[in-house]
Amino acid sequence: MSEWWTYRPEDFLLFSPRVYWRLFESYNAALWPLQLVTLAAGLAIVLLIAWRPGSLARWIALILAMLWIFVGWSFLWNRYATINWAAAYIAPAFFVEGALLLVACLLNALAFDRRRPADWIGYLIIGFALLGQPLLAPLQGRGWAASEVFGIAPDPTATATLGILLLARGRLLPLLLPIPVLWCFLSGLTLHTMGEPQAWAPAAALALVAAAWIWAIVRQRRSPSPA
Amino acid sequence: MRTTRRTLMRTSLATAAAALLPIPLHAQQSLPIRRPIPSTREEIPIVGLGTWITFNVGDDPALRDECAGVMAAFFEAGGRMIDSSPMYGSSQPVVGYGLQKLGRPAALFAAEKVWTSSATAGPAQIEQSRRYWGVPKFDLVQVHNLLTWKPHLQTLFQMKAAGTVRYVGITTSEGRRHDLLEQIMRSEPIDFVQFSYNVVDREAEARLLPLAAERGIAVIVNRPFRQGALTDRLKNKPLPEWAAELGISSWAQLMLKFILSHPAVTVAIPATTRVDHVRENLAAAAGPMPDTAMRQRIAAHVKAL
Repeated sequence: MSEWWTYRPEDFLLFSPRVYWRLFESYNAALWPLQLVTLAAGLAIVLLIAWRPGSLARWIALILAMLWIFVGWSFLWNRYATINWAAAYIAPAFFVEGALLLVACLLNALAFDRRRPADWIGYLIIGFALLGQPLLAPLQGRGWAASEVFGIAPDPTATATLGILLLARGRLLPLLLPIPVLWCFLSGLTLHTMGEPQAWAPAAALALVAAAWIWAIVRQRRSPSPA
Repeated sequence: MRTTRRTLMRTSLATAAAALLPIPLHAQQSLPIRRPIPSTREEIPIVGLGTWITFNVGDDPALRDECAGVMAAFFEAGGRMIDSSPMYGSSQPVVGYGLQKLGRPAALFAAEKVWTSSATAGPAQIEQSRRYWGVPKFDLVQVHNLLTWKPHLQTLFQMKAAGTVRYVGITTSEGRRHDLLEQIMRSEPIDFVQFSYNVVDREAEARLLPLAAERGIAVIVNRPFRQGALTDRLKNKPLPEWAAELGISSWAQLMLKFILSHPAVTVAIPATTRVDHVRENLAAAAGPMPDTAMRQRIAAHVKAL
């Protein structure tokens, strides 16, 4: 399209907030009680990270990989794409993230064996994604039926992944970060365009992740290098 | 026609029978004014039904039925033109669902768009759109937002010549690329042009509307309420007393009458999810229209609020 610059985010918002939130209601109803399983998987990831057993770290990547592929297929491809044609182009990115996490699992490329000062930010982000995000729907009057649950809905899945990657180290991190970051940016932009107050959620997650990384880099540069 | 005692009797009986029919109150309202499409003189009601955002409800059965209800009220109130686009998500299959549910109303004037950057993909996309609607052919197909307009217009002119579409048009919105639109209106034999025009966004009055009148091009006005922003802005303000002269009861009707009273406008296509709003919109298409002085008064009043 030769005139992209004349378009604004509003021009690509093809659905109303009412339709968007009803999508989550019907989606949740169709999958119930799978939400309990994915939420338990999220809590299991937190426990695995907290214990820091090196041999089990690959299971974290495996759980995340399965959830990214599931959310991409079940929500983006099958549901969201019915009201937003762009979702059909974003779903493959979720499959790619899932594939990268599978590679990380096979290579045992993620480690959670070091404690760092900014770890609390990672736990804060994961805690919000698992326990805070599902509360946003009832708190805003949409009811529990429209809750966004980790491993079922894309926002808490991407947000929790960012928190988990913040606690991890490994050579695949630069490849694993861009897609959750991109999704949080797109989701925040969509919610903002819809006039939804909870647009702050993905935006705050991105800001926290950026602050934590900058903090880590600054600390690394300030620490004395070995002679 | 000669009036005989028999025809007089038949007319009287028909009138009496009609008076006894349980016709709902909203069905008794005046039918919308019609305006001719300049290229053929075919007349169409001056208020149509847009589907942008409002009909993109996905597979939600309750919302699909709600849209079908809006379409039913639209046809019942005398509406004809429904406008959609491949860009509008699930709006096309939802329109198709509504048409099927309503028994494919004969009054339908089906207005669609072609929206693809591929010069060769136009015919396949139009055919897919036709299947979604479940109609034998479209009355009007427009090049959406001037996208790859040259090859698509040629495709549409060929389709018109072959009788697979009745009218050809081109669209833009939000005041975008009016210079190019003007150039196309001057050089191409299009039947319809569609752009945004409302009581606040009046740029089209300077060149596009006079040019459409001069070139004999029908005008479809989109986003008459700035996608609801104007009605939201005015909803808590009282209607001016003088608005009663137009027989209206809402800001939406006042803003619609402002648009429809421009002589170069053929149809305005407000989009809505509500049956009461679609009836209100069609009601604005009937009754007295503002004259030039009243139009200026409306614009000045809204601007001052």
